[in-house]
Amino acid sequence: MTDIEQKETDIAFYIRRYVPEKDAKPFWQEFTLHVEPGMTVLDGLHRIKQTQDPSLCIRYSCRMGVCGSCGMLINGTPTLACNTQILHLTKSRLTLASLPNFEIIKDLVPDLTSLFSKHRDIRPYILREDKEEMLNPSGELYQHPDELLNYLQFTYCIKCGCCMAACPTLATDPEYLGPQAIPQGYRFSTDTRDGGFALRKEIVGSAHGAFRCHYAGECSNVCPKGVDPARAIQLMKRQLVLEYFHLKKWQKPGGPLGKPEHAERKPEVPDAPPFTV
Amino acid sequence: MKETKYWTWHMFAGVIILVLLGLHMITMHLNTILGLFNPFGGEAIEWANVAARGKLVIYAVFYIALLGIALYHGLYGFRTILFELGLKRGTQKFINVLFVVVGLGLFVIGTWAAIKFQTVAQVI
Repeated sequence: MTDIEQKETDIAFYIRRYVPEKDAKPFWQEFTLHVEPGMTVLDGLHRIKQTQDPSLCIRYSCRMGVCGSCGMLINGTPTLACNTQILHLTKSRLTLASLPNFEIIKDLVPDLTSLFSKHRDIRPYILREDKEEMLNPSGELYQHPDELLNYLQFTYCIKCGCCMAACPTLATDPEYLGPQAIPQGYRFSTDTRDGGFALRKEIVGSAHGAFRCHYAGECSNVCPKGVDPARAIQLMKRQLVLEYFHLKKWQKPGGPLGKPEHAERKPEVPDAPPFTV
Repeated sequence: MKETKYWTWHMFAGVIILVLLGLHMITMHLNTILGLFNPFGGEAIEWANVAARGKLVIYAVFYIALLGIALYHGLYGFRTILFELGLKRGTQKFINVLFVVVGLGLFVIGTWAAIKFQTVAQVI
C-alpha cells in the first residue's frame, strides 16, 4: 500500500478489451471514473458497466476474496479485483487486463480451463486403498494438529489463477503443471490420511512437472491468499528425490478411529445428513 | 518419474563438478602458489609438467570423469533451456537424440585422447 492521500479523484481506467469472435487482437480502451475512498477495482468496473459501457465483460462472485473469480492483471500485477482498493494503487491511472498465460474468453475474463484440467490431473483429493471405507466411512480418520500444519497453508488456495499468470515458466511452456497444481499435489501427498503419492509422482515428476520450476518466486509474491506455492514446489522436488533414492519413509495411512467407549451421544446433536453423492 | 532421475543426477553432477573443476583450477592456475602436480616448476602447461601428469593413471581417470560429468550437466541444462522455448514434441525428441549422440561422441573422443596421452606419456 502506498502513502497516497485517499480522497475522491478522477482515475483513468485503461482496460484491455477483446472479443475473440469480433476483434482481430486485443485493444486498449480508456474510461474516466470518479473514484471514492474505499472503492475496489471491482466496484469501479461495476460503475463503468452501469454508467459508461454495459458491454464490458467481467467475472466475479463473492466480492470478498474468497471465490477467486475476479483475478485480473491490475497495474501489471495479477491479483483480485475485489480485494484491491483503487486509491491504494494510484491517484491517476489504472491499467486492467485479463490474466496472462490464459486464453481470453472476453475482455477481462480469462479461460481457466487449463488450470482446472491440471488441477484435476494431480488428483486433488484423499486417495486410499480402502475404497469401501471411503464410500461408507465407519469413523474419523485421525490426524494430529502438527500434521495438519505441514500442509495447512496450501489448503487456502482459491484457484484464482494469479500464480499461474505470474509464472515465467508457464509463459514459455504451456504444458507446465504450474504453481497451482503442484502445490495441491504436495498438499495431498503430505496429508497423513492420503496414500496416493505413487500415482501423483508420475505427473509431478514428469517433463512438465516440478523440475521445470526455476524458483522465480513470483507465484508466492502475487498470491492474494498468502499461500507460498514456490515453497511447495521445492518441497515437492525434495519428496520426489527422496522417493527416487528410497529414502522417504511413507507411513501407510491409518484406519478410522473406533467409536469412543463409554460415551453416549448427546441428544441435542442431530444426526449427520444422508450422503448426496 | 524419468525427469526426477535426470534432474537429481544433474544436481549431483553440479556438486561433483565443483570438486573436480576445483582440482583442475588448483593444478592449472594456482601452480605458482601451491605447486601441486607441477613437479618441474614453472608454468603448469610446460611440456615436462604436462608429461609428468600424463603418466599418472589417476589423472586420466580424473579428466575422463570431469569430461563425462560436465557433458551430462551441461547438455541437460542446455536441453532444459531449449525445451522452455515451447518446442514441438517431435523437435524435443530430436534434441534428446541429438544430445545423446553428441554427448557420447564427445565423451568417446575425450576418453580416447586421455587414454592415448597416458600411454604416450609412459614411454617418454
